[in-house]
Amino acid sequence: MKILFFASLREQLNTEEEQWKDLNGALTAGDILSQLKTRGEPWASSLNAERLLVSVNQEISNLNTKIAIDDELAFFPPVTGG
Amino acid sequence: MPAKMGSIRIQEADFSIDEEYQRLRVAHPEQNGAICTFSGLVREFGDKKGVTGMFLEHYPGMTEQSLQLIIDQAVVRWKLNDVTVIHRVGQLSLSDQIVFVGVSSAHRVDAFAACEFIMDYLKTDAPFWKKECHAQGSQWVEAKESDRNRTKKWS
Repeated sequence: MKILFFASLREQLNTEEEQWKDLNGALTAGDILSQLKTRGEPWASSLNAERLLVSVNQEISNLNTKIAIDDELAFFPPVTGG
Repeated sequence: MPAKMGSIRIQEADFSIDEEYQRLRVAHPEQNGAICTFSGLVREFGDKKGVTGMFLEHYPGMTEQSLQLIIDQAVVRWKLNDVTVIHRVGQLSLSDQIVFVGVSSAHRVDAFAACEFIMDYLKTDAPFWKKECHAQGSQWVEAKESDRNRTKKWS
């Protein structure tokens, strides 16, 4: 699984992308988020943001969205283009 | 299935409104009765005053997909001949052009409405992020409730 981070989140985590070979039992986007949060700081607080958005395979999703090993997940703050 | 309407470009380079307008104009010379264009620029005051530039980040792939979805919805709601959306990314300076939306239609009412609809949805749905640069440093722009309310009014 590919996991991407954008904008302020990418900067706070100092990570733009990571690859997972094993989902460690995760079934949903929320399970992935919970596993990332167990890494301690800055992961725990940065990923606790009130309006954190998640996409699965480049579509806006939510924490209940089911995921599979070939999926592309992304976490990012609310968008501000235009 | 017919080809999707619209031209979507995400680019670092600047664009020419005149060229984009002419492209829309000549694409449907007998059907066009109206072309509405919008451009967004980097201004001096944003979340803070004294903005000297802006850095724009996006999610490649998802951005194009979400813009196509917005255009598809506009095509269902109004009778349009063509749509162009251009959004710049990377480092921009004060007064630079950021975004362009151009819509051609037989009638002005459709062109005006679709152009505004596309811009409103672009602001709340397309994965772009702005970072304002000031003399003191830079900071990510906060998403605005007023933008979300504008998008909601279309539903």
